[in-house]
Amino acid sequence: MPPQKEHDAISLDHNHDGIDRRGFLKCMAWAGTGALCVLEGGVLKSYGLDDPAHVAKAAKGELSFVQISDSHMGFNKPANSDVVATLKAAVGKINALPVPPAFILHTGDISHLSKPAEFDTVDQILKSAPTKDVFFVPGEHDVLEDNGQQYRERYGKNTKGDGWYSFDQKGVHLIGLVNVMNLKAGGMGSLGTAQLEWLEDDVRHLSKSTPVVVFAHMPLWNIYPEWGWGTDDSAQALSYLKRFGSVTVLNGHIHQTMQKVEGNVTFHTADSTAFPQPRPGAAPSPGPMKVPVEQLRSLLGVTNVNYVRKHHPLALIDSTLE
Amino acid sequence: MECSKRNSKLRNSRWILCIAASTVLSLAALTVPKSMAAGSPTVNVKIDNFSFTPATLTVKAGTQITWTNADDIPHTVVSDSQEFKSKVLDTNETFTFTPSKPGTYSYFCSIHPKMTGKVVAE
Repeated sequence: MPPQKEHDAISLDHNHDGIDRRGFLKCMAWAGTGALCVLEGGVLKSYGLDDPAHVAKAAKGELSFVQISDSHMGFNKPANSDVVATLKAAVGKINALPVPPAFILHTGDISHLSKPAEFDTVDQILKSAPTKDVFFVPGEHDVLEDNGQQYRERYGKNTKGDGWYSFDQKGVHLIGLVNVMNLKAGGMGSLGTAQLEWLEDDVRHLSKSTPVVVFAHMPLWNIYPEWGWGTDDSAQALSYLKRFGSVTVLNGHIHQTMQKVEGNVTFHTADSTAFPQPRPGAAPSPGPMKVPVEQLRSLLGVTNVNYVRKHHPLALIDSTLE
Repeated sequence: MECSKRNSKLRNSRWILCIAASTVLSLAALTVPKSMAAGSPTVNVKIDNFSFTPATLTVKAGTQITWTNADDIPHTVVSDSQEFKSKVLDTNETFTFTPSKPGTYSYFCSIHPKMTGKVVAE
């Protein structure tokens, strides 16, 4: 039997929708479909973004924040020759939300080549966002050449190790992890022993009813190991989060939205604001996917995350730039 | 008269230029086979579609190897033992390494570590 939650609505109760919650529901909402995902009783449900009733419901959450990812500032190849315009469009989407987000998470690959001017441009564009609180984790493109020193100077002032940290917002515990450093030949993303020890210690004091949100650049679940879309030691990290009633894992890196619920954990990857990447195995490599210009913005986007205590707790709304 | 004199002068200077050029050419021609004889030709590895081609390259020790990134995404060439390490290679950028001693050099892309390759120097 799943534990019954008394006060917190991020619950493991079955929502009588006929889906066996002991298994896992794999819900893939491909980029561009504009899915509103609401976590109800541990199962993620998708609704059309065009349904204003659901968008309004999600907007009533006690905590609302936005995830953007993979802005790849500096990228100028045919897949998107104007990543400045598409990031600006993403910020425009955030500004148009009915309820301004409490903060923004950027799940990495801020820059394309770790150049100072690329970071500067992103910082400048984000100044027009409705909140000044932007929390980052690095992507592999942000830590080129210098093992992330520049990244940490810019975005990781109060972080530990390679740039990991945690903070609390309205009773939700958020954890930013770094899984793009010290990568091993033949491997995928890596958290490393020091970070895992820190994580274990970081969540030790929390009550099991605390909603936990973990965000990192590379997926913390094995989406497609052939392309390195996973993290070698993520199982160890997730084992420290088993006792919590609700865990949400947000990642970027794969430039498309994908969702999965497994036990108490909801996994979600975000669209890029720069260029789309192919579905796993659908192309010879995970390189930038060239699509007709008129389709591009339907494959890029932002994710709005809402947390509602006692009712429908967590909604993930993937919104494309169109 | 005046005119034909000038022409003949011009012809002479062209002739001298021609000799000079062919001397340079023949010197260059002499230089290239010398280095070839020393055993340092260049062999290419293409980085394309998030992979190294050929993935295993067998060469004579002393052969210069050039990696060229043909992807839209940056890559690196880093030996597992850190014996060689390229800077980040953007599209069309190259990296060269010459294995001086026989041996097997395993390498990977430190940004996309699923990309691995091997140089076997005999």
